[in-house]
Amino acid sequence: MTDIALKTAADSGIKRDSRAEALARFRLSDTLFAQLTRAAAIVVLLLLGGVIQSLINGSLAVWQEFGFGFFTGTSWNPVTERFGAAPAIYGTLVSSVLAMLIAVPIGIGIAVFLTELCPMALRRPIGIAVELLAGIPSIIYGIWGLFIFAPFLQATVQPFLIATLGNVPGLQGLFAGPPYGIGLLTASLVLAVMVLPFITSISRDVFETVPPMLKESAYGLGCTTWEVVRHVVIPYTRTGVIGGCMLALGRALGETMAVTFVVGNANKIAGSLLAPATTISATIANEFTEATGDLYTGALIGLGLILFMITFVVLSAARLMLLRLEMKKGK
Amino acid sequence: MAFTDAKLAKYGRRARGNRVWMTLCMAATAVGLAMLALILGALVMKGVAGLSPRVFTEMTPPPGSAGGLLNPIVGSLIMTAIGVVVGTPLGVLAGTYLAEYGQHSRLASVVRFINDILLSAPSIVIGLFIYELMVRPMGHFSGIAGGVALSVIVVPVVLRTTEDMLRLVPGQLREAAFALGMPRSLVIRRVVYKAARTGMVTGVLLAVARISGETAPLLFTALNNQFFNASLNQPMASLPVVIFQFAMSPYKEWQDLAWAGALLITVSVLGLSILARSLSAQRS
Repeated sequence: MTDIALKTAADSGIKRDSRAEALARFRLSDTLFAQLTRAAAIVVLLLLGGVIQSLINGSLAVWQEFGFGFFTGTSWNPVTERFGAAPAIYGTLVSSVLAMLIAVPIGIGIAVFLTELCPMALRRPIGIAVELLAGIPSIIYGIWGLFIFAPFLQATVQPFLIATLGNVPGLQGLFAGPPYGIGLLTASLVLAVMVLPFITSISRDVFETVPPMLKESAYGLGCTTWEVVRHVVIPYTRTGVIGGCMLALGRALGETMAVTFVVGNANKIAGSLLAPATTISATIANEFTEATGDLYTGALIGLGLILFMITFVVLSAARLMLLRLEMKKGK
Repeated sequence: MAFTDAKLAKYGRRARGNRVWMTLCMAATAVGLAMLALILGALVMKGVAGLSPRVFTEMTPPPGSAGGLLNPIVGSLIMTAIGVVVGTPLGVLAGTYLAEYGQHSRLASVVRFINDILLSAPSIVIGLFIYELMVRPMGHFSGIAGGVALSVIVVPVVLRTTEDMLRLVPGQLREAAFALGMPRSLVIRRVVYKAARTGMVTGVLLAVARISGETAPLLFTALNNQFFNASLNQPMASLPVVIFQFAMSPYKEWQDLAWAGALLITVSVLGLSILARSLSAQRS
């Protein structure tokens, strides 16, 4: 009897040990896993830090050589090693802003159509179709823009613009010169098509958050659909729509391949929207592998740094707006 | 009487305004759909004309002769695989931290914010980053640098979807597992991951769709290679970069191949996103 008792006691002792061991093992793997996920989260922060750090490091030469003048310099001459970022910055800002001017009304229009007018059965297919536009890789927009869209613009839209708007005082400069096909305007139009789905899908999502009660009250007062959209839906969702548009602007500013194909790659500031120009990303994409010497490479990386700063500011503003919206919704 | 007339006139004006604006909204939708149709239509017409069995069996040709796209197709597959293999674990783990451990901590909200910025950061800047990080120290362009550049794009996509999907897992499921005495890491790995698996796979598919069309980060990391190459230590061809080079060239054969490549990429990217979409639709 005592033997058995002792044996069970010993057994249970072993069990207690192994249970303690198992618990310790669990605790260890628990801590390890928790720290591992934490480390991964920190790596994401390091990625951003690394991007900024490497861009600054890579472009040191150009800041030492030109200082603040790099932002304002208008000549870009690899032979004499004079580099100024102004034409690229100008092209980036103008093409993106123009793209937004075109895409925002159309994008919001589609969102209004999808939420207010569209028959239920068509909502999903049309929504998916618009989102497919977002899925098409940018290089496809580029090749399409170069071979199909630019010749089309050159043959039809641009001569028309020159003939009409080219004679309007004040706009003359913007629509001067021969129709090249490729150029700033073409780049803006292609960019507009690319950012359209972002604007539409965010606008549609925030339009759907408007309480039906609000809209129904307005309809009950005798408002037309447009008046409901204009005076109830859009004011209610303004922050979200603006946030979505800024997000799209961030995309447009950094877009590379589509623009590189159709912008014309002329590193100068031309007054006309029809003239070839360049953007920051197009300059980098075209010239980086051919760049020789620290100063040339540094100038291109410096352009990258400027682009990153611009998009960082725009994207942060957009995120903060959308974040505020989420917090409001949470309350 | 005049009063009602004025009222009627005003009502007529409002109704007309409504019709005008609503027509414009429909026109906007028509423009959007027409653009999609025009792009896909041109792509199919030009792409199918350039497509032939040689595209899949032969290397990229020198200018002025016929050939295929075998080496860029293989290169794209290899670098996409590296991007996914390197980027996915990082994204999943960081997403797990945000959804399960950090939640409302300061670190988590900063990471969430930074990740959203990385999600839409210009991809060409990612290329410059990897150039400085890997290409310059190694002294030459390489396939592995291209793969790593792609992984930097995968991380934010996977992180975002992982966090969203883990948050959708009901708390009771976790509590039930805790009540059985499971340690936290096991609850996450055996219960929560399993419940969120479809959504997480969707995230990875979306990331693959995103990187398989990316060109800018590969331009000066993997560069290009006219010959077949399976060594990660050498410049590697990829479909998008070859399309860029061939489309910009004056040679007809190269341009045709560029269209064929463009069709291949679009079909695979749109196929992947439709697959991802139907997976997530199945779930809900």
